[in-house]
Amino acid sequence: MTQQVLPLFEIFIRSKRGLDHRHVGSLHAEDSVQALEYARDVYLRRTEGVSIWVVKSSDITASQESDVESFYDPMDDKPYRHATHYKLPKEVDNM
Amino acid sequence: MDSKLKTALFDYCTALGDDSVVLGHRLSEWCRNGPFLEEDLALTNVSLDFIGRARMFYSYATELEDKGRSEDDIAYLRDCREYRNLLINELPNGDFAFTMARQFLVDVYDMGFFTELAQSKDPMLAAIAAKAIKESRYHLRRSEDWIKRLGEGTEESHERIQNAFKQLWGYWPEMFEVSDDEQQLLNAGIAVDRSRLKSNWESTVHAVLKEATLDIPAENWAIGGGRDGKHTEYLGFLLAEMQFLQRTYPGQQW
Repeated sequence: MTQQVLPLFEIFIRSKRGLDHRHVGSLHAEDSVQALEYARDVYLRRTEGVSIWVVKSSDITASQESDVESFYDPMDDKPYRHATHYKLPKEVDNM
Repeated sequence: MDSKLKTALFDYCTALGDDSVVLGHRLSEWCRNGPFLEEDLALTNVSLDFIGRARMFYSYATELEDKGRSEDDIAYLRDCREYRNLLINELPNGDFAFTMARQFLVDVYDMGFFTELAQSKDPMLAAIAAKAIKESRYHLRRSEDWIKRLGEGTEESHERIQNAFKQLWGYWPEMFEVSDDEQQLLNAGIAVDRSRLKSNWESTVHAVLKEATLDIPAENWAIGGGRDGKHTEYLGFLLAEMQFLQRTYPGQQW
């Protein structure tokens, strides 16, 4: 028997209505239809969710370790982008 | 309910439980032997659905019987001739194609059967059926998918799945034979008239086989007897393995 490696899929599950889909893991399947079925069997055995997304791992473009400096460091010295940077007038109770 | 009808209903429930527990056990044999991890988990999930179904039928049967027997007694302490499952369920798994072909034929049957049983005048059977339909719909989605994948896959997968249907072909007519006991329950509006499920079953199965580029087998042999306790040589071995623990250590529990 020839051992064939099936494509990898990333699985996202919405645990409750109103919440976002969260990445829960990955699995192998022949295509997205099968990946959806396996996601049900692998990740929803204990009723962990109400909706599933499957995405082919190779379709995800991810930032690289080498991007860290140019991607994230420039944000470190811009505290004014945080709401907590601003003093609120007393009249504002909640923000 | 008169006692004759009650006995017939007890027999009906155990037979339906037998169908489920035997197929559930067969599928459990795939545990850790699946072709790959995801499919291994999926197969054993289906297995557990069938074992759960058997528990519901058996526990209702013991309630009807009211002799203090438990569902475990029904499953583990009856011998071959007392088992009345349809033969197709007890056949050894064979290769993956054979397992999926059998599963597909049973899933199509189960969809038709439980849809009807959900209309039963017996509220407990109707409730079990309503739960079973949801499971079977998923089982069928999976098995139908596999029939198409294997049929349209490689030359080898096509040959294996075609061969599996050929070997299984003589076992499906039994699914639509109504026994005398059943007839009695049928008249009372409790049982399902299985003979009426046949044409829908055939058209669904034929359509999927055709789509999977498979030939409808031309076999014209048919074998039955499961509902009368007459089995293939394979059931004894299955029960020996399934029942050994309870028979060696009576009363053991999880």
